[in-house]
Amino acid sequence: MDIKVLERACCGGKKLQSIVEETVKELGIKANIEIIGDMQQIMALGIMRTPALIIDDKVVVQGRVPKKDEIKKLFQK
Amino acid sequence: MQYIQNVFSWLNSVFLEMSWLSNLITWILNNVFRLPINNESTLGKIGGSIQFFMYDFIKIMILLCVLIFIFSYIESKFTPEKTKQILSKLKGVKGAILGALLGTITPFCSCSSIPIFISFVKAKLPMEVTFSFLISSPFVDLASTVLLASMFGWKVAIVYVVVGVLLAVVGGIIIGKLKLEKYIEKYVFDTQVGENKDLEPTKKERLQYAKEQVKDIFINVWKYVLLGVGIGTFIHNWIPQTIIETILGEGNIFAPVLAAVVGIPMYADIFGTLPIAEALVLKGTGIGTVLTFMMGVTALSVPSIVMLRNVMKPKLLAIFVGIIAIGIIFIGYVFNIFSFVLV
Repeated sequence: MDIKVLERACCGGKKLQSIVEETVKELGIKANIEIIGDMQQIMALGIMRTPALIIDDKVVVQGRVPKKDEIKKLFQK
Repeated sequence: MQYIQNVFSWLNSVFLEMSWLSNLITWILNNVFRLPINNESTLGKIGGSIQFFMYDFIKIMILLCVLIFIFSYIESKFTPEKTKQILSKLKGVKGAILGALLGTITPFCSCSSIPIFISFVKAKLPMEVTFSFLISSPFVDLASTVLLASMFGWKVAIVYVVVGVLLAVVGGIIIGKLKLEKYIEKYVFDTQVGENKDLEPTKKERLQYAKEQVKDIFINVWKYVLLGVGIGTFIHNWIPQTIIETILGEGNIFAPVLAAVVGIPMYADIFGTLPIAEALVLKGTGIGTVLTFMMGVTALSVPSIVMLRNVMKPKLLAIFVGIIAIGIIFIGYVFNIFSFVLV
């Protein structure tokens, strides 16, 4: 699984990153997590609202930090 | 008509001014702790300080949570993509007005205005629309307007919004007329904006977002409110009125300029600034001077200027900062002169 976490330090910090990393560990999935904090890179991906989560090139979360349960469900799909 | 007015003023005093909370704290201090509240003795001053501090802090925190929840929910409807779509059809004065108005309902985080700015420029939105939006976005927001109303009444709050929007519109139009496109950093044009994948947020997501904002505000902002209320209390109960009047009151013709010089570089949260403003007004500072101070604090700060430097060349940045500075100082003088209408 290819996971991209798009999060900028200024808006609330690294919350999504830590939740995603924890969830991946708990579920024991093999995933390639990429953390993107650079604004230009984020915009190039077509994202305007951070934090955002992209799984296998599909945007699943935007502009909010979801609960762990929701992320678990997203990973298990 | 009288009946409606009564209902409105009752709602206002119960939910916004929370006079019951003030009375409750006074009662507890007087009867449980046997502390007098007055300005004559040191004990009375201590009582007064505790009263002011507790009342202001609790009131602001209650209002903040409720307001942030309601307004975050409303604001989440206006995603950056949607805002861009609405604005892309307009130009000139009409566009500038709508840009300024939409700026008032954009989310809080000031760093989100840079990506929005870039996407506006890349979408070739007119300069006046982009800049009206950029000026009003950190400047006026719904939650702080209601909080302002709870402290200074609705007249002042509405005037604050109207004047803020007006400044954004005029500032945007001036920058548009000056044809300053060439002073936007190359970096902005080099940024590739990917095909938009902005999903329309669902009701559930918007509710979750609103809840999260409240939590965020609670965790991040309470310190500023505490600090602000602390400074406010100190001004309100311990600094003699004459000193404030001489420095910031009618005694000093340069008071609004001073307020701008102090307020603009300062990085603080509007919710922490309000209790200081409240105490200053109670101690005889002109309402215009206080408005200038608050507008300076919210519209610009050293960190936000550093951030804007990434997208604007020095000349454009200087004009941008200059227009806002002159605008808010002007507003300060006008409101000091016409303050009798507002109180």
